[in-house]
Amino acid sequence: MAGAALGYARRATALGATRATVAAAYGVGIAVAALYVQHPLMLASLLTAVIVSGVLANCWRAMLLTLRWTLLPLVLTTVVINAIVSREGLTVVARLGEWGPLGQVNVTLEAIVYGLVYALRLVIVALAFVLVYCSADPDELLLASRRLAPRSALAALLGTRLMPVLAADARRLADAQRCRSRQPSKSRGRALVVRAGVRGAIDRSLDAAAVLEMRGFGDPRRPPRAHHPRSRHDIAFIFATAVILAAAIVSNALPGSHFSAYPLVSVAVTAPLVLLCLVTVTASVLPFLDRRGVVR
Amino acid sequence: MTLLEIQDLSYRYPGADRDALSGVGLTLRPGEFCVLAGLSGSGKSTLLRAAAGLVPHFHGGEFGGRVQVAGLDTRTASVGAIGALAGTVLQDPETQAVMGGVRAEIAFGVENRGAGGAQTARAVEETALSLGIAGLLDRRLDTLSGGELQRVAIAAALAPQPSLLLLDEPTSQLDPVAGDELVWQLRRLNEETDTAVLLVEHRLERCLAAADRVVALDGGRVVCDSDPGGFLAWAAGPSPALLTPGARMFSLAGLAPLPASVKRARQQLRGRPRAARGTRAGAPAGGKTVLRARGVWHELQDGPTLLRGVDLDLPAGQTVALMGRNGAGKSTLLRHFSGLLKPTRGSVSAQGRVALLMQNPGDYLLHDTVAEEASETALAAAGLAALAGRDVRDLSGGERQRLALAVVLDGEPPTVITLDEPTRGMDGAAKSRLATWLRRQAAAGCGVIVATHDTEFAARFADRVVLLAEGAVIADGPAREVLASGRWFSTETARILGPDAGAILPEEGAGLFAAPDGEPVAIAR
Repeated sequence: MAGAALGYARRATALGATRATVAAAYGVGIAVAALYVQHPLMLASLLTAVIVSGVLANCWRAMLLTLRWTLLPLVLTTVVINAIVSREGLTVVARLGEWGPLGQVNVTLEAIVYGLVYALRLVIVALAFVLVYCSADPDELLLASRRLAPRSALAALLGTRLMPVLAADARRLADAQRCRSRQPSKSRGRALVVRAGVRGAIDRSLDAAAVLEMRGFGDPRRPPRAHHPRSRHDIAFIFATAVILAAAIVSNALPGSHFSAYPLVSVAVTAPLVLLCLVTVTASVLPFLDRRGVVR
Repeated sequence: MTLLEIQDLSYRYPGADRDALSGVGLTLRPGEFCVLAGLSGSGKSTLLRAAAGLVPHFHGGEFGGRVQVAGLDTRTASVGAIGALAGTVLQDPETQAVMGGVRAEIAFGVENRGAGGAQTARAVEETALSLGIAGLLDRRLDTLSGGELQRVAIAAALAPQPSLLLLDEPTSQLDPVAGDELVWQLRRLNEETDTAVLLVEHRLERCLAAADRVVALDGGRVVCDSDPGGFLAWAAGPSPALLTPGARMFSLAGLAPLPASVKRARQQLRGRPRAARGTRAGAPAGGKTVLRARGVWHELQDGPTLLRGVDLDLPAGQTVALMGRNGAGKSTLLRHFSGLLKPTRGSVSAQGRVALLMQNPGDYLLHDTVAEEASETALAAAGLAALAGRDVRDLSGGERQRLALAVVLDGEPPTVITLDEPTRGMDGAAKSRLATWLRRQAAAGCGVIVATHDTEFAARFADRVVLLAEGAVIADGPAREVLASGRWFSTETARILGPDAGAILPEEGAGLFAAPDGEPVAIAR
């Protein structure tokens, strides 16, 4: 149950009430903006936007877990590696001596700052995809993408569908092993469970293939395009995505506002840039405030 | 016009040493409700798979004869083309789900046939309403119980409105109430839409009343093809294990004709003299307590409460049936007894080892050969010594279960044996053997607890029945009382004779008709 709350589930929020393609576009829009903008202040506003969206979309637990188990180690790794391998930057903060093939390693302030900005970008992109994962109905996404690449889409979905089934099989096998009075050694026990799991996976795949055939997957007819009226939430999030992307594009083109890490850290902040940051955060919050019809 | 025409069908699985089907002929017309009966290994599921085109397309093997579905020859037509005419539900609902959500799962087959959005939405709504699962439409499949998943699998097969429905034990994971409801929903569908139904089912008492026709298989051959009454009259001779409990009671009492439903049996017995009631010993006092649960709660983080303060004492030598509807908490309680789960509140204590055999015996079999799975002593005790060199994948269902039991009983002898739904997919003869084995274990001093939906099986082996609902005990008493006093969690014999008769097994019920009119009669198990 706890696990279910971490993945997609219908949540009584404005983002949960949109169609899957709109929810996915919103998350992907934030990710694209994060990959495009240069200024750290703008990145900070996108980080705020994605976190606020996660909280308001009731996906904060999944975001927190992602941050804790994957992103924080990734952030640290990114910063440390960049600090060690970067030869740019003039402000040396630590001299680490000769490191074999790496030669003389000097850690510079600029390399650390660049690593932090890069890591911030990764964090936003990852959190944006957590938002998509928790808010966009994968079945609807499949149906939407099936018109373009039907077999690839279904194969991908079948893969994701089989994963929880195989995980459940593995849990049952492990439980069954715990019920044995004579238990093999831990390593041999694991090997036996893995082997039985693989054997079971082949059977499961055959069953799934049979079901797909019986239910017309091989039928050459494509489902006709479905026409659904756009809800107020669809429109609001499409508009918010457009505003966030537009703010990102404009922020890169603003005269006077710039950021560069090398050779010395240089940051310039202008009033229009601050305004764009505020617009970005506001655009991410406003669609959530309308709670009419959020429960299906 | 015929929907399904099978002519002289013979089939042998790859590598098998005998035919699974031999010279089978069967014709099914629109609107027929046909039950396929037979003991395990008689070829029922194979015949169903042949009708769906999976045999031989997915299984290979040697195929002879002809199968036609609404004129399509299964040898030349694709499985998908046959699937457009025949909806199929196989035994394990978990492997039949392809989408993530219930709504999309039901819509999948409809969309694949090229239906538009409105047509699909209507098909989904109507199918969900007809099967009573409209409340599940927005749920994710991974949050459903086995019974709910089974209903969704049936809905997914029904939604494209096939003219033929092929069902392989669709009630195997359902509790008695849900199982009966499903059969009557199928009957209503059959009556209102002319959909033909071919249903494989071991628990014939559930479906004979709804059936127009019963086809019995034995050794891959059709041995009986008749209406339910004719089938029962035939089964009383060469295959009594196929009789329903009510029919068995009539047969033992020398009454005729054998009834296919509780209603018919009651009608036939009206005014017939019999003993007032049977008197049977209640649950034996038993020995010392070997398992004790006190105030056991199990509450999931961010989830429901699965157990609510369960108290239970199990004396040595007592056999207990743990019953309740799907999701009542039976499996969770067994897992607490065996130590796989810890209570979030309360305590479980056992004198000695608690052995648990979970629902799927295959989960216990991790090695290649039988000999590698358990010691020689354990194999001998399970009657599998002669199969020691056999590959575990070549064992029959019953042999696999015996081997899994040998695995869990191997080593330190348990003081408590617990089994979770051991009769899934088991025929009547195998159930009787299992019940005998359980009583033998109890006689040897073990405490026995079996979670089961099968009231007839519970009546056969249990001294005591504990009924769970929403994680709490709602009834706990001698099997004779609990299984005779309810409307649903009661045996067919008890429903025919009424709770006052005090008889829950066919043999006990038959004994009442042999006794003097109005006198109580002693009942021996």
